[in-house]
Amino acid sequence: MYEHDVIVVGAGGAGLRAAIAADEEGADVALVTKLHPVRSHTGAAEGGINAALRDGDSWDLHAYDTMKGSDYLADAPAVDTFAKSAPEEVIQIEHWGMPFSREDDGRVSQRPFGGMSFPRTTYAGAETGHHLLHTMYEQAVKRGIEVYDEWYVTNLAVTDHEDPEDRECHGCVAYDIKSGEIHGFKANNGVILATGGLGQAFDHTTNAVANTGDGCAMAYRAGAPMEDMEMIQFHPTTLPSTGVLISEGVRGEGGILYNGEEERFMFEYGYANNDGELASRDVVSRAELTEINEGRGIEEEYVDLDMRHLGEERILDRLENILHLAEDFEGVDGLDEPMPVKPGQHYAMGGVECDENGETCISGLYAAGETACVSLHGANRLGGNALPELLVFGARAGWHAAGKDMKTAEIGTGPSAKSEDGAVEPPVEPGAIDASSEDVVADGAAVEPTAVIENAVENERERVETLLEEDGINHANVRADVQETMTQNVNVFREEESLKDALRDIREARKEYENVAVSDPSRTYNTDLIHTIETRNILDVAEAITLGALAREEFRGAHWRAEHQERKDDEWIKHTMLAWSDGTPELYYKPVELEGDEETYEPKERSY
Amino acid sequence: MSTQIEQQETETEQEEQEAEIESPGERRRAEKREREAEREAQRETEEATLDDEETVLLKVFRYDPEVEGKQEPRFDDFRVPFHKGMTVLDALIYARDEYDSSLTFRHSCRQAVCGSDALFVNGRQMLGCKTQLAELESPVRIEPLPHQEVVKDLVVDMEHFYDQMHAVEPYFDADDLPEDELEEQRQSRENREKVKMSTRCIWCGACMSSCNIAAGDNEYLGPAAINKAYRFAMDEREGADRKQERLRIIEQEHGVWRCQTQFSCTEVCPKDIPLTEHIQELKREAVKNNLKFW
Repeated sequence: MYEHDVIVVGAGGAGLRAAIAADEEGADVALVTKLHPVRSHTGAAEGGINAALRDGDSWDLHAYDTMKGSDYLADAPAVDTFAKSAPEEVIQIEHWGMPFSREDDGRVSQRPFGGMSFPRTTYAGAETGHHLLHTMYEQAVKRGIEVYDEWYVTNLAVTDHEDPEDRECHGCVAYDIKSGEIHGFKANNGVILATGGLGQAFDHTTNAVANTGDGCAMAYRAGAPMEDMEMIQFHPTTLPSTGVLISEGVRGEGGILYNGEEERFMFEYGYANNDGELASRDVVSRAELTEINEGRGIEEEYVDLDMRHLGEERILDRLENILHLAEDFEGVDGLDEPMPVKPGQHYAMGGVECDENGETCISGLYAAGETACVSLHGANRLGGNALPELLVFGARAGWHAAGKDMKTAEIGTGPSAKSEDGAVEPPVEPGAIDASSEDVVADGAAVEPTAVIENAVENERERVETLLEEDGINHANVRADVQETMTQNVNVFREEESLKDALRDIREARKEYENVAVSDPSRTYNTDLIHTIETRNILDVAEAITLGALAREEFRGAHWRAEHQERKDDEWIKHTMLAWSDGTPELYYKPVELEGDEETYEPKERSY
Repeated sequence: MSTQIEQQETETEQEEQEAEIESPGERRRAEKREREAEREAQRETEEATLDDEETVLLKVFRYDPEVEGKQEPRFDDFRVPFHKGMTVLDALIYARDEYDSSLTFRHSCRQAVCGSDALFVNGRQMLGCKTQLAELESPVRIEPLPHQEVVKDLVVDMEHFYDQMHAVEPYFDADDLPEDELEEQRQSRENREKVKMSTRCIWCGACMSSCNIAAGDNEYLGPAAINKAYRFAMDEREGADRKQERLRIIEQEHGVWRCQTQFSCTEVCPKDIPLTEHIQELKREAVKNNLKFW
């Protein structure tokens, strides 16, 4: 058994920032990642990092934009904390050597981004995430932070008290991919989940193959509720054939969207009369799909994003990476022709419920970054707000886990934060196929940390042994079925019947998964096994997304419902919560906190 | 004495008996292997029916130190349906998901930024996700990166590569920072431009694998690590003192002077980093620096 004060699961931006923060506080911290840190998907972020740095801008403007962008489903304490801390975090990574793009006076450049009232998006070309990831990994190396790379955390070691708020997380179980050994990891102070996104629940996504919602699914099964899972961002500019992202930076620099009739549809059809292409992502994605559905798309599939008028010099200076991506993954020369784009799954606004300090309702269990839902992004995340989020809340989770004295969180978590029961009628039973056999938490009433971990390790060994020894079907088909139904039925435009179809398909896939086995008998680097375990996580998060989408009978932010075309503030300014309840998902709601430090955010009509 | 001998014999017998009785796990594994063989036969029939015109033949390196039949390295043939825009990585994923789920390779972002899938394809280092099948001669021969220990199939041990990267103190470490924690360091656009290409490295290891010198000298820092040193040594924000230390590191016995400017690293770099030029420039910097102290 390995032992550290703080265990950080996942070593992308949020995980690295958390680890550095814990190290700053003197904790013995270790990063455990199924990849190597530099392979993490933070590296694929392109556009930028928002922070109010300049005269004329201020944290409260940034906070206001973020709250408006969220369509009033974000919590004010999260938004305020975020906007206030973003500048110092951004300057700190500059001090850590981040190669930001620069102005003539040598200061960090900023550009306009969708939904921002001030050009406050700092960037490093169109490869900001790559530089952020490498800069932070370098700083982790400098500090000698221990990294277990290619170790896959498959489960958490949590006590099995009846009430999740009484539970304690003492560590986790990890599978050493290279050797096939399973080991316990004891965390004396806390486990921080920073496993990134869940885009692999969809088949057209900007996310990496590794983004399978592991942290969400593990926390969910251990008893930490999922929050606002229906809030999925579809990015308006992804390449049609692969889902590779074309940065919002292209539109930030002046790129224009055209439909098949060469009309600048954002203005001509009134989707966003003021901001046009730079409206919020949810608005632009819906506009594109409306154009395509009404027969004004190109090849019935996409629209064009044109940046030629920006000129070669500016493109090479600020967007060079976009030229490479368009060339390599769509065969298009962005200097010479428009780039085909369509909406694709990009980001999960929802995730593991936690507070401003990253704490979940389970003592010793934290979440940060895309895995977490503080909630900062509410119903829609603004471009350029994900990277500062992972800095601000990654750091806070790291500090808190390491024992730093911090302000008590204002955001409530767990069953005690519940304001009302939920009502949703899925067409099929959700949750575990056989709830009684769920080994989600440690067996017995074990409370002694080592025993809890040993139990969890033993359960995991048995599970792996069974997968390796039994004969069954390949998980890949199950995964493909889920991805297909999610893209088909839980997309930008959502209808009640389609959502129910998705739930039926997911139920079928769950049943199929009962017959899954790993055909590769090897202990050495068995990716068949890893992917098979991931697919189970995909099933849990896909179902949570769809249940949330079916329950929320209104149109807010990224969540559009055919039968409910209005934002219903009287009824729906509340967070959708899903508790796993040992295999029988339970829906309930908790209030949205709109009262900020200096003002109470009044829900206004959201126009761009 | 005699008693002791008897005891030993009894133990030996027991061991033999135990060896004869298969454990349930072993039995299941044996059965599983048989069923696997049946599936394999079925797959070959399926593949044979695919039209040559619309398919690509992959010859993929296979090795697993612990699985019978894979301990001796071999090449497996996979015939996969071809579509326009298909990459080497797409083809490998297809072969794995449809034919053989034990086919093992690293991959994640599928957009040439995570650096996981550097492979040796038709005799050249390249990223699987960034390489169009249409541009390759058939059959497509896919091997793990040369000069690195193979863990399994196309997965190589990256530890040595990471060790070399870490050896150059690969982290920003400025002599002085602005006192105000909200004030950034200044950097000219020219200086940012100078280090720009060097900051694009994705640690894929293609360069190191292509380098003859690195193949012969295990301690040679190698092109990626030297490029990393360049990235910091040339960054004006760090300051003169730190630059001195950086030049000392790359000037060591197994540093820049080993490079024989064969340009193989530059040729294979998927991010077009002018690695050889960077190494040459550091050599010049080191010479200038040494002259300064004469």
